[in-house]
Amino acid sequence: MTAVLVLVEHDGGAADDLSRQAATLARGYAEAAGAGLEAVLIGPGGADAAARLGELGVAKAHVAEHDGLAQFAPQAWGRVIADLVAGHAPAAVVAPGSERAAEVMAHAAAIADLPFAANCISAAPGDPAAVTRVRWGGSLLEEARLHGATKLLTVAAHAVEATPAAAAAQTEVAAFAPELSDADLAARVVERAQTDTGGGVSLADAKVVVSGGRGAGSAEGFAAIEELAWLLGGAVGCSRAVTIAGWRPHTDQVGQTGTKIAPEIYIPCGISGATQHMAGCKGAKRILAINTDPDAPMIANADYAVIGDLHEVVPAVVAALKARGG
Amino acid sequence: MPLNILCCVKRVPMTGGRIVLTADEQAIETRHLGFTISPHEECGVEEAVRLIEAGGGSSTVLTLGPPEAEEQLRDCMALGIDRAIHLLADDEFDGQATARAIVEAIEAERAAGTEYDVVFFGNESADAGGFQVGIRVAHALGRPCVTGVKAVALEDGGLRLEQEVPGGRDVYRVPLPAVVTVKEGLNLPRYPSVPGRLRAKKKPLDARTPERGAQGVEKVRLVVPADEGSQTEVLGRGPDAAPAVVELLERIGVVG
Repeated sequence: MTAVLVLVEHDGGAADDLSRQAATLARGYAEAAGAGLEAVLIGPGGADAAARLGELGVAKAHVAEHDGLAQFAPQAWGRVIADLVAGHAPAAVVAPGSERAAEVMAHAAAIADLPFAANCISAAPGDPAAVTRVRWGGSLLEEARLHGATKLLTVAAHAVEATPAAAAAQTEVAAFAPELSDADLAARVVERAQTDTGGGVSLADAKVVVSGGRGAGSAEGFAAIEELAWLLGGAVGCSRAVTIAGWRPHTDQVGQTGTKIAPEIYIPCGISGATQHMAGCKGAKRILAINTDPDAPMIANADYAVIGDLHEVVPAVVAALKARGG
Repeated sequence: MPLNILCCVKRVPMTGGRIVLTADEQAIETRHLGFTISPHEECGVEEAVRLIEAGGGSSTVLTLGPPEAEEQLRDCMALGIDRAIHLLADDEFDGQATARAIVEAIEAERAAGTEYDVVFFGNESADAGGFQVGIRVAHALGRPCVTGVKAVALEDGGLRLEQEVPGGRDVYRVPLPAVVTVKEGLNLPRYPSVPGRLRAKKKPLDARTPERGAQGVEKVRLVVPADEGSQTEVLGRGPDAAPAVVELLERIGVVG
């Protein structure tokens, strides 16, 4: 029986969230294609994570073991996938929606000379397969026909809810040693530099994010925004216009080419809501927009709004929070 | 160290707040929009200009796109890039076809005596977001490729590159020649000067028309995702809204 292969990224001996989402889409694809679901795991800890894939319905896990795979080496990872494609001719290889998995799949696609569709939200088997993928960081969808003897795709992050299989499988773990060349290992991680977050809350993980846009007017215009973020135990963000103006560092930028956030509440102040920015805050549970323009796209996209100048509204909110002793 | 650098860029519309499609659902309606290049690529162009300013050499910008994309090539040359290659294409190319066309252009340059030490791409294009062209080009040329780069330094005749990952930065060291895909935040791109714009008009631009070939990811149509339809609750106007904001923050449990 032909198989659908899912690339499983793992951490601490278990599949990570994005890989569970990818496995869920891959399982549906395999069922529709009348194929079995198999997995591929690469890197230290792969065998431990492979043994726990039964609940996702993985019948067989291919675990690549090689000294050269101890550190991340994108082309080597891609070689492992391409060799499995050449050796087993799976109907599809489905990978998670991480940047690293997209990189690995692009290498596999280049080696195997196959098409590759990144960031799919749905996929139906066939020749060609029918996929829907995201463009513009999620502001636009593309329906496409995906060709190739083996269909290569990644699943957009958080587009599919991870669910266990109806019946858990008994996962057969098959370790193998890939053949890697020096060229496959030419680009590899040689050291890890820690980032100094200054002890603050990181933007990506913050429960509250308060951002300023062009409406902040200047670097100094962020003082009240910073104070509000601090009072709420949150992080400060900004729009791309602010970064380009040099008012805030790029590490504060929320957006398609900045940080993607997922707070309990997002408070954009003086941000119009261009698609570039919205792509970064789709994960927010609630949005409270503060803006002078009631017709700004950000207001339409928000759950709550205050119509007004952030330079008046934000200090008033700060004062009200302080007054209640919070 | 003198370097010969190629920067690959893509013309994309400045979409603003709401995307509207053409009637045939094949493209974004751009009649009222301006154009730019993908944000990541702006940083690739800036990095190329800085490396040449610091160590000498020569820089080239390449795009695959319609005749109007000359505007973006001139913009890049206004920032200090020396010359341009325009691969003329009215239709959209998928990742494989784009890489094929770029590889052919690089091989033609090599045949004419120009070897690129570094080829910069954006990590992914702003519009199609295929995450693959730079990697495919690297394979075809037999060069190492590092993606998502946010710091570039010359070191021992090669490159030291940093990539942001959760919790830190991964460091790569690669020999030259190499392919590097970069991300916004690598640097803060400069604005063009008026003399720069004037000079750009006279800089050399070579055009050629590549074959598109079969599309492995064949676009059927574009769809604007359905609005989630959430109604916006206006809490108030101006500073008088502050108590309502505090009440909301209390209700959702982000203040004690």
